[in-house]
Parts: sequence; C-alpha cells; structure tokens
Amino acid sequence: MIDKTYQSLERAVADVHDGATVMIGGFGNAGMPAQLIDALIAQGARELTIVNNNAGNGDTGLAALLAAKRVRKIICSFPRQTDSHHFDALYRAGEIELELTPQGNLAERIRAAGAGIGGFFTPTGYGTLLAEGKETRLIDGRHYVLEAPIHADFALIKAHRGDRWGNLVYRKTARNFGPIMAMAAKTTIAQVNEIAALGELDPEVIVTPGIFVQRVVKEAA
Amino acid sequence: MTIQNRYTRDQIAARVAQDIHEGAYVNLGIGLPTKVANYLPADREVFLHSENGLLGMGPAPAPGEEDEDLINAGKQPVTILTGGAYFHHGDSFAMMRGGHLDICVLGAFQVSQHGDLANWHTGAPDAIPAVGGAMDLAIGAKQVFVMMDHQTKTGESKVVQQCTYPLTGVACVNRIYTDLAVLDVTPHGLRVREMAPGLSLFDLQTVTAAPLLPPESGDPA
Repeated sequence: MIDKTYQSLERAVADVHDGATVMIGGFGNAGMPAQLIDALIAQGARELTIVNNNAGNGDTGLAALLAAKRVRKIICSFPRQTDSHHFDALYRAGEIELELTPQGNLAERIRAAGAGIGGFFTPTGYGTLLAEGKETRLIDGRHYVLEAPIHADFALIKAHRGDRWGNLVYRKTARNFGPIMAMAAKTTIAQVNEIAALGELDPEVIVTPGIFVQRVVKEAA
Repeated sequence: MTIQNRYTRDQIAARVAQDIHEGAYVNLGIGLPTKVANYLPADREVFLHSENGLLGMGPAPAPGEEDEDLINAGKQPVTILTGGAYFHHGDSFAMMRGGHLDICVLGAFQVSQHGDLANWHTGAPDAIPAVGGAMDLAIGAKQVFVMMDHQTKTGESKVVQQCTYPLTGVACVNRIYTDLAVLDVTPHGLRVREMAPGLSLFDLQTVTAAPLLPPESGDPA
C-alpha cells in the first residue's frame, strides 16, 4: 500500500542536505508552510538556496530561517518589505546572495522546470536591469528575453487537504506557488491542514495530482 | 509656478474608473491605483485580478471577518465576489503575459514621452531592489494606465523625455492620469486629452519635461 503521509514534521524534512535548493511556497504568510520551516530550522541544514516570492516577513517562518543564518542565496521577486528586517540586515552585511527575478518570470521558471522545459523567451523585463547579460530575441516584432528553469531538490508547500497518494487541494489564495513548486522539486513535502481518506477528494477538483508530491504531513494543532 | 487647481487623488481615481468598461479584466497595482476600485459603479461588472491568484476580487472584509488565506497583492485581507476564482501563480501570470488582462493601472516614478515606465527602483546604490509583478504587469495588459502626481514633491516633472530611473518596461504605457492632466502616449508623442480646470496648455507644458501635443479637436479640454 502506498502511503506518502508522514507522522512527524521532523521526519518529513530529515534528509534536506547542506547546500540544497529548497522552494518554499507562500505569498507573504498565505500558503507559507511555517511548521515545515520550523522543522527545517531544527534539522540544521545550512548553505541553502531558497526560492520564494519574498524574503521573509516578521520573525517567523522564512524570516526565522534567514535569521538562523541557514540561507546562502535567495531567489525571489520582492525581498524588501516593511517587515523584512532579517533579510535586510543579511543583505546589507553581504551575508546573503540575492537573485531578483520578476514575479511572473519566477513563476514560469519554476513551472518550466516542472514541465521539462529547458528555457523560454519572455517579454517581461526586456530592456531593464533584470535582463542585462541575458540572450534576447526578436520574435514576430516583439522583444523577448531568455530565462532558465529553476529546479529544486526539495519543495516545502502548504495545502488544505491531502491524501495518502499525495493528491492536494488548497485554500483560497494560499494556493499561489504551491502547485508549480510541487512540480519543480525532486522531493515535494506538503504540510496540510487535514489528511483526507483516499477517494474523499473529488478527482474533478484535485489541484495537484499526487505524482508531484512525495510526502504529506498534517500540521500540528 | 504655483498651480491652483489640481485634481485630488480621489478625483484621479474616479477619472481612471470612467475609462474601465463593463466586462473588463483589470489589475490595480499596489498603492494609489487601489483607490480606483472605490469609484467603479456598482452596476458595472468589472473583474478585478490580483496576481497572487484571484479573479473577482471584492472589497476589504468587515472587521473580524479577515481570512489570512484570502489576501491581495499588497498582502491586505480582501474578499471574493460571487463567481470569483482562485488559481496558481503560473496561471495568474499567464493571464498577464498572455495578453488576457484588458487594463492594468500602475503607479510610477517616471513615464517617458515614448511610454517607457519606471516604477520599481529609484536606482539609489544602497536601495534593496524589489520588483514583484511590476515588470510582468507593465508588458502584460492590453492597456497600461499610469496614475501619479504630475510632479515630485520638489516640483520636478515625472513626465520626462527619457526616464532617469531604471526602467520597468519599454514603450508600455498607453495613458497617464495625473493631478494636472490626462495624457495619451501616441506614436507622435504625448497628446493632452484633458487638463485640470483653469489650466492652460502653456501652463501644463511649463511643468512638463516632455513636449506635449494639443488636444485633438473634439476632445474635451
């Protein structure tokens, strides 16, 4: 019997290695798998490359991972916020590398990795600082920039319900990066509000099919 | 020079709202553009898009009704209208990049006479850069409207011949709404569409750092 559910958050992240590329779902705090991040902090992996839309808010979740100095590099679209003080301090001290990418390019680079695309031409960013040094092409009268996929060793995402085959449904705008990150990582770990019995999730409304998910862990109350 | 009659920010928002047609798919950027939603008539069905995965965005919830999983691109709590939909980031930016959005309304530091937009980075060497979805929006919507003050706090024109701030997008702006005028970006240059009451074209040109074309006959000016 296939059972992708894990009983503990700690076990679910036990094999994240030093230097791993880890995608973390969420847009701000919506969809951020805070308990998986806490488990990753306790686990101790270092020199991580993190892929997230932001660079942490306040003192919890991704911000706490940064504060613990576990992150070597972050790939994101919007690091600077009123409450991104942990990132700001590391960045100004030269202790973290930033790869800034427009949000839609970030999403499509993640999606491309999951879909087996080797790169793509996008109009976003053409003629700007964020396209400097990148290959460009004129296609049907429009300028495009070549962007590369982003692959990950692990994706930590948050979903509303998941079953033992790894099928997932999300809740409202907490869906955001979850479905595409699940596709782009070798090992996707989903923190869920509830474990559903197999068959309970309507096949017509499953958002992430279990093929993209390796581990499902119910969050602690 | 001192100009007596300027449109207020609410008047600018109301003016932009006049140009948003029934059935339009619209993204309102963070900041000033969000005010436009307050002036869309209740009997006009307009689909508001939020890039974190929401179409049919409704107003802020009543106090106590906030849901941390239902937020807008500015990470503020919002609601969803009956008939609204959630989707992931890959789809959300396909809606932009794929040309499915009719209108986006953005704030700006500068707009050039060619419709180049600068709104993500002041270029200050110590600034932490953050771009979010600005570049995707700039090139994605069928029509890009900018709403901004005509001048900086120190009186410099934000309408310029060439942007001095780093670009967000090249030749992407269609119309500019300021506290002094409504300007169309045309192949011949910036054409005045409307001016604040009592303002002459001469006065407007005096405070505008790019050449202005007079209103076309038949335009209300």
